[in-house]
Amino acid sequence: MFAYVVRRLFATIVVMAVVALVVFLLLYLTPGDPAAILAGDAATSDDIRRIREKLGLDEPFLVRFGGWLWRLLHGDLGISIFTNLPVTHLIAQRIEPTLSLTLCTLLISVLVAVPLGVVAAARAGTWIDRAVMGFSVLGFSLPVFVLAYILILTFSIGLDWLPVQGYRPIRDGVWEWARHLVLPSTALGTVYIALIARITRASMLDVLSQDYVRTAQAKGLAPHAVLTGHALKNAAVPIVTVIGIGIGLLIGGAIVTETVFAIPGIGRLTVDSILRRDYPIIQGVVLLFSASYVLINLAVDLSYMFFDPRIRY
Amino acid sequence: MNHRLCALALAAIASALPITEAAAQQKVLKFVPQADLRILDPIATTAYITRNHGYMVYDTLFAMDAQFNVKPQMVDKWEISKDQLTYTFTLRDGLKFHDGQPVRAADCIASIERWAKRDALGQKLAEATQGWKAVNDKTFTLRLKKPFPLALEALAKPSSNVPFIMPERVAKTDAFKNIDDATGSGPFKFVKSEWVPGNKVVYVKNTDYIPRKEAPSWASGGKVVKVDRVEWIYIPDSATAAAALNAGEVDWWEQMPPDLIPLLSRNKDITVKNIDPLGSMGMIRFNFLYPPFNHPKMRQAVMHVVNQQDYVIGIAGDPKNGKPCYSYFTCGTPLASEIGAEPLKGKRDFERAKRLVKEAGYKGEKIVIIDATDQPIVHSQSLLTLENLKKIGLNAEIQAGDWGTLITRRAVREPIDKGGWSIFHTWLVGPDMVNPAVNFPLRGTGDAAWFGWPTDRKMEELREAWFNAPDAAASKKAADAVQRHAFEFVPIIPTGQFILPTAFRNNIQGVIIAPINLLWNVEKK
Repeated sequence: MFAYVVRRLFATIVVMAVVALVVFLLLYLTPGDPAAILAGDAATSDDIRRIREKLGLDEPFLVRFGGWLWRLLHGDLGISIFTNLPVTHLIAQRIEPTLSLTLCTLLISVLVAVPLGVVAAARAGTWIDRAVMGFSVLGFSLPVFVLAYILILTFSIGLDWLPVQGYRPIRDGVWEWARHLVLPSTALGTVYIALIARITRASMLDVLSQDYVRTAQAKGLAPHAVLTGHALKNAAVPIVTVIGIGIGLLIGGAIVTETVFAIPGIGRLTVDSILRRDYPIIQGVVLLFSASYVLINLAVDLSYMFFDPRIRY
Repeated sequence: MNHRLCALALAAIASALPITEAAAQQKVLKFVPQADLRILDPIATTAYITRNHGYMVYDTLFAMDAQFNVKPQMVDKWEISKDQLTYTFTLRDGLKFHDGQPVRAADCIASIERWAKRDALGQKLAEATQGWKAVNDKTFTLRLKKPFPLALEALAKPSSNVPFIMPERVAKTDAFKNIDDATGSGPFKFVKSEWVPGNKVVYVKNTDYIPRKEAPSWASGGKVVKVDRVEWIYIPDSATAAAALNAGEVDWWEQMPPDLIPLLSRNKDITVKNIDPLGSMGMIRFNFLYPPFNHPKMRQAVMHVVNQQDYVIGIAGDPKNGKPCYSYFTCGTPLASEIGAEPLKGKRDFERAKRLVKEAGYKGEKIVIIDATDQPIVHSQSLLTLENLKKIGLNAEIQAGDWGTLITRRAVREPIDKGGWSIFHTWLVGPDMVNPAVNFPLRGTGDAAWFGWPTDRKMEELREAWFNAPDAAASKKAADAVQRHAFEFVPIIPTGQFILPTAFRNNIQGVIIAPINLLWNVEKK
């Protein structure tokens, strides 16, 4: 297994190198000039040209790419063109909100979806199953921003229980931190609840038809022991795969939720940077995303060994 | 073990408690700005959000009041020599930067010199300047080569770029390099450690600031800070910002889209108000380098079909939030008039426009309107212009993108088949169009002019005549001549004057009526 992990980590470096090159090339080819945005509406062409020179944006592709790569190898992701702040600092500011939102969403999603999927499979064909599947279709169909506004209207404006927007760091108090995450996590989590519940149900239905489950039932084991002790563990591989993909998607894909709830996360940092053509931030964030995806996939692959001892690397 | 458990429990309770009591007792003004503050340097950019940040942390030598009079701000007294060539300025006592250092004459000179490298009016002042000299730490002189009657107006310029005073060590930075040190001597201090770009900007009261005794009027007068801390909370989604204001999570929303005005107006705890006496001016800008709009008759043709009322409604949603303004200078300011405005006023004349198109020899060349769909003010104007152009038989199309793409593409000087453009739309705040000095879209300096690059020697001569006008009457006459010519040459087409109202909770008092949102004098009851 050790050799496998080393091989995968090595592959991560190769993947990130390819991502770095592709991202740099794409940004180079994308229309947009940060110097023009920085100068403002009243600037003249000459102002923009001089700012471009100061920023080194007029240098040839290879010079810019080489410089960026050299700094990257020294652990320096560069400086934001607009804020003059280091990209690592900007990412560090955004990591906590994004991780908090991701983990809370996952927690809510798993805690709600897995039991729903298990119950739906155990009661397949009944009204419970149909209700769970109905909820699942609704979860897929309801856009996140619509659900977000409904939640805000109900729980923030109507009942005045939870804040409309913003994020509080955990150091400001666990209660405030949690209060600010309930609505965004619920809005974002609904689609994942729907997804995980469906996968759990399908996987459980497959496992529940296996001989060893019938054997366990014939032995007289309690239904919940059969479901959780025998069936669920064996049905876990596809569920864990979906959860793993979900983590990757959540880290980068929570843009709408972060925008609606004004959460200063990585997703919004990415979109804002793209709109302003703040190249160093875009490059830094995309590298972070690619590293996250690769490492999460590795963790998911390794977790298979726990759920299915037949799997060995 | 029990002790450890108790300690853990106490730590958990402590972490669950809200922020410290001292912090809770502070008066914190939570303000939702119109844009996200990304650039700290008010000289490197003309972005209005950076200008507003500048007003928080910096002070100015002079400032303009609501009657358009120049008033001293950091300056205590000043003298102008009889030959109008030497200005001597003496600073007020007790002026200090946020790092505790006194404001010196050298700081003022370095700041003005940096500003003059970027700002159009500053450049004009620099042309007339022989040199600045520090007499001592509190006194400095401006020596001119020739009289420049607008010298004090330039130093009191209210909108971008504002001649803010910075410490000399900061002001010595190249004018084309973005500074990241926001040390000023203004009424608020910027808290860089709490700055989260895209989310929050924090300012605290500058307790060392000594306000002037006069009542505040625009950016002049006493800048008395009545809160301990101001938080700019950037909320990108309008519906969320409205909900946050409704719920009392924020105190003040600087600028709201027109469609949310009815929603907020229904809340008795919220005041929706226009506090901007000058509003903003929308405009159509042409590319003068290529056909068809290199021909003045083509530009005049478009002017004959532009109905400002339509544009105002398109931008502001409600006629109450805007009005036609048939002037190249901001309506409601001294130089505004309707002289020469006949082609833009009255019933729209499509037949006349078609005749002008024919006389211009239009051969069906493609017209590209570059649009930014993420900017409603730009997008609504683009759609209306497209409709107008089609009505007079022009081969026009919209090429849509985001604002970042638009302002990059408008810098392209190539023909449209090589990525160029024919028309774009934008808007300027009222103070940026009050006179020929600041109204940069009027300039006709060819390659050095604003995007579109018109060459208009007559306009430059008329503008120069305005600069040399010896008194107010002569100034008005010269401005009228500028406008009359502008309606013939058509450097832009003004599309109306509009207002985006502000909304604040009723416990907010002392809001200053000005074309810039200023946060001193504001109380939170």
